[in-house]
Amino acid sequence: MTAAAPHILSVQRLQKYFPVRSGLLGRASAWVQAVDDVSFEIAAGETLGVVGESGCGKSTTGRLLMRLIEPDAGQIRFEGKLVGRDLKVSDLRRSMQMVFQDSYASLNPRLAVADSIAFGPQTHGMPRERAIGRARELLGMVGLEPSQFERRYPHELSGGQRQRVNFARALALDPKLIILDEAVSALDKSVEAQVLNLLVELKKNLGLTYLFISHDLNVVQYVSDRVLVMYLGKVAEVGPVDAIYGAPQHPYTRALLDSRPSMDPEIRVEHPPLTGDPPNPINPPSGCRFRTRCPHAEAVCQTQEPDLRPAHGAPGHLVACHMRRAGSGHSQAAPLVRFGDREPSR
Amino acid sequence: MSNSEQSTVRVSLDTPGAVGSAPGMDVPVGYAQARSYWRGVFHRVLRDRVTIGCTLVLGLLVFLAIAAPVLPLIDPDVANSGDRLLPIGSPGHLLGTDELGRDMLSRLIHGARLSLLMGVGPVAVALLVGGVLGLTAGYLGGRTNMIIMRITDVFYAFPSILLAVAIAGALGAGITNALVAITIVFIPPITRVVESVTTQLRSMDFIDAARASGASTFSIIRTHILGNVLGPVLVYATVLVSVAIVIAAGLSFIGLGASPPEAEWGLMLNTLRQSIFLAPWISLLPGLMIFITSMCFNLISDGLRSAMDVRY
Repeated sequence: MTAAAPHILSVQRLQKYFPVRSGLLGRASAWVQAVDDVSFEIAAGETLGVVGESGCGKSTTGRLLMRLIEPDAGQIRFEGKLVGRDLKVSDLRRSMQMVFQDSYASLNPRLAVADSIAFGPQTHGMPRERAIGRARELLGMVGLEPSQFERRYPHELSGGQRQRVNFARALALDPKLIILDEAVSALDKSVEAQVLNLLVELKKNLGLTYLFISHDLNVVQYVSDRVLVMYLGKVAEVGPVDAIYGAPQHPYTRALLDSRPSMDPEIRVEHPPLTGDPPNPINPPSGCRFRTRCPHAEAVCQTQEPDLRPAHGAPGHLVACHMRRAGSGHSQAAPLVRFGDREPSR
Repeated sequence: MSNSEQSTVRVSLDTPGAVGSAPGMDVPVGYAQARSYWRGVFHRVLRDRVTIGCTLVLGLLVFLAIAAPVLPLIDPDVANSGDRLLPIGSPGHLLGTDELGRDMLSRLIHGARLSLLMGVGPVAVALLVGGVLGLTAGYLGGRTNMIIMRITDVFYAFPSILLAVAIAGALGAGITNALVAITIVFIPPITRVVESVTTQLRSMDFIDAARASGASTFSIIRTHILGNVLGPVLVYATVLVSVAIVIAAGLSFIGLGASPPEAEWGLMLNTLRQSIFLAPWISLLPGLMIFITSMCFNLISDGLRSAMDVRY
């Protein structure tokens, strides 16, 4: 997809800190900075992949967009309309749906799958009979024969079948954007491939837009048009999939990509590209949050927080790293004034 | 409770063939047609002899209690000083007579009316009140949860019988007050059970999915929470019925429940206690009835629990 396509979703400075409560009165003694100053856009019809280690705020971002969690700060615009002011949350939820990782937990064990799918349309006033008819139609669309599956209960289905039911449920309200939160991560590899193909097919046929959250770099590369890399609640790098995978600019992205096992047995990874756990998001490192694990960290990384700036190369490729900012003070950064560089001198 | 089991056991049956778009491949050979959860529970209960037996005993008791006025029984309140403490099996008095010469069979059956009412009534009302409180606390969470549950905790500081005695004592003797006292005693434990199940459900993704579909809180609770809460709470409520019968008998025994000459098992136990050396078997009869009834409710509760506890 080209950048010229209108943005279906635009997120500005989204922030969510979770209080860590302790003591008798449950006062917040610390804050987990789950999502901090995250901004991005999704163009209509594209798939934006979101990658990062576990705990980096990927899922929280998804839930914030759905307003399942209230954001502390930030603006969400859906089709140009500011959510909360121009667009009611209930209307947003009709045009935006979410599929979760745990296919079992996301279905009510006491409801037959057709009833689970029909629940959404029914709450929006569709008569039961028509909603069930629609559920049957949707089951067919996700590759489950309605006559065989509509009366089944979640525990009678396999993981892949359950996740197909979850897609059907998400599609029931005719959404424009679907947030897929690790939607295929819990499936076997063979099933995962089938479900991925189903997702790609559904997107093509229904003109959907996906926000694809996953920790699996190969899967993200396969489905995404653009990729957003998150680290400790911040956006590290965002750009077209080929630019991110072909010419990663952020050391974290590079480390992530290097951590993938190679398909070629001749190429061996000699050193683990990334060691240790991510730092505690309760007290994230000052400056650049990645500096504690970054092989290129210097003094400037500790004192200044890098912001997202256009990387040289592909259009729409942004990176938050001092090494990529001319005149940042980092030894590997370009010199301050260069022809065509619009960096303001400080 | 059951939810944690459900989510931990996640057997993946995926094979390439099973999820492909060839629908014929999806159904395992000999696959039984899906049936509803509650119908499945019913079928499992039917296979449980103890539960069926207890249900029959209780059914008979309820039938006798309801039909007592039309059954060919001697008036339970007619005293006859000539026929005091007749032994079990006496002609005309199948189960003998009490210390005032009243027919024991008739009094036990008439007593069942009051005793069963005092067992089921408070639990039913407490189920309603505690259910609403527990659902509210569990679903809304946060401050609401804290306020409701801390108030509930206050009641936990006292043993249930002591609390019932205190409340009934404060309200004054009488059946209505005893019913109120037992109801108040049962609201906190039911609230707690409902709250814990609801809180667990609240964190599950299907509730988030329902919220994401724009459903109102009320319709989410009705469709997605209630059905999952009902099972464990029903099991607990049946246990409470047996406790309620015992507490009611206890209140009557110490003079805070039914008052003479009413026929009520606890009260009968109290008045007959003076005759325990003269006619031990007669004196034990009301206690036996309390024991049987409360035992039946307990066993039914056990049966229900195992029938509802489906391992997925």
